[in-house]
Amino acid sequence: MGHLSYEEAKKVVYKGLILLAAVTLVEVFFSLLAKGHVIHELKYITWLHYLIGLMLIGLSLYKAYFIIYEFMHMRYEVKGLAMSVLLPTVLLIWAVIAFFQEGNSWKSRRQQIQEKNMEEVEEGQLQKQESMLLEDTYILKLEDVI
Amino acid sequence: MATSDTVLEQQDVQSQSDWSGGKPAFKASYGKLMMWYFLLSDAFTFAGFLIAYGALRFSSPTWPVPDFVFSTAPFGVHHAPLIFVTIMSFLLIVSSVTMVRAVQEGHKENKNGVVFWMLMTILGGAGFLSCQAWEWTNLIGSEHMSVTTNPFGTYTEGGVYLTPEGEESDEVFESGESYLIHKAHEGAEGHGDGEHAELDYSPGDHPGYFVDERGFIHRKFKVTEGPDAGMIKMEQFGPRAFGALFFFITGFHGFHVFSGVVFLFIIMINAASGLYMRRRNGHEMVEKMGLYWHFVDLVWVFVFLVFYLL
Repeated sequence: MGHLSYEEAKKVVYKGLILLAAVTLVEVFFSLLAKGHVIHELKYITWLHYLIGLMLIGLSLYKAYFIIYEFMHMRYEVKGLAMSVLLPTVLLIWAVIAFFQEGNSWKSRRQQIQEKNMEEVEEGQLQKQESMLLEDTYILKLEDVI
Repeated sequence: MATSDTVLEQQDVQSQSDWSGGKPAFKASYGKLMMWYFLLSDAFTFAGFLIAYGALRFSSPTWPVPDFVFSTAPFGVHHAPLIFVTIMSFLLIVSSVTMVRAVQEGHKENKNGVVFWMLMTILGGAGFLSCQAWEWTNLIGSEHMSVTTNPFGTYTEGGVYLTPEGEESDEVFESGESYLIHKAHEGAEGHGDGEHAELDYSPGDHPGYFVDERGFIHRKFKVTEGPDAGMIKMEQFGPRAFGALFFFITGFHGFHVFSGVVFLFIIMINAASGLYMRRRNGHEMVEKMGLYWHFVDLVWVFVFLVFYLL
């Protein structure tokens, strides 16, 4: 087990509790700040959203590091064990980039399909097209309301 | 203290050393190493789910705002964004800390300490599960979210709501805000009598709202900005993937917590019986259980980030 004495290890644990709780509170505060719950005007500043988003990801990774290294004792394991467990997760960086990119391009294609659908609607083929993309969508014509 | 630890460590290594030739790989016992590799594979499973959430969120023109969706708490608390789920996070963090204490007492071969701290951990885990049960009940029962229906939509343009009579009200909203499509109240189904006499929620088109076959009331509004300004539109369901992803991913995590609680319970009983004292390996089973339990907390860090914070 650890290279710390029992008393030292006990101290690390309660420090960890305070640290994790504090980081979580900071995360929630900044998340609400970006959404305009603390100061309403901040909601409209886009770059701030990205900045706070990156900060939240950073803080979460820090929490993960702390849990793995202190609570799960990875710090006290042999380096080979740590590397054989941690290095494979580096692959996930590529997965994140690739799939988010895919999601983005999907979004632009979705818009294209929707535009095409609108063209069909004008030709009076509403029934046929309605269920293609969004089954929960009700297309409301202006004449129906007024 | 230090010497007794070293003695234990030597015994530990000796008693475990025969799982391969001569020395145990990475100076860890077979069980501990395999627990690490199981957790690694589980991490990939969760990462796959969370990346799928991200990809679908990127692919949607709109996405429900989390601090609007998750703003209710028990005892009638509303408009308290993320507060309840923060409490849930604290419960998991605290139970993680009590688990570390159990492992430490195990290394000291203190049976009563192990049992006490494991019991605390079980209480933390059970508390988290109860909170999740409440959260699901609220989403399914009161807000009518399901795997295929997501009544949480988001405005893509600013506008003003219509009154039930179809005239402009003073209820304005901005683009990017989220709304919840309510269901016609159960008591109002026999419309025409009682206190709901003035509003007719029968399926079909009404001046200020549209009621679909399932009873969801889509309120109508007048767009006040953008190319469609002046048009009358109505609230639409949000991206349906949201409900499926939410229930599947938090459900999968909750299932991990549940199995964790079951195994914690079994190992606590074994520890209380003195089984691990007789093995004289520093309660290694408790340590392996600890690894799993911390992993559940670790996953929650990312579920919390992806579903609630961003």
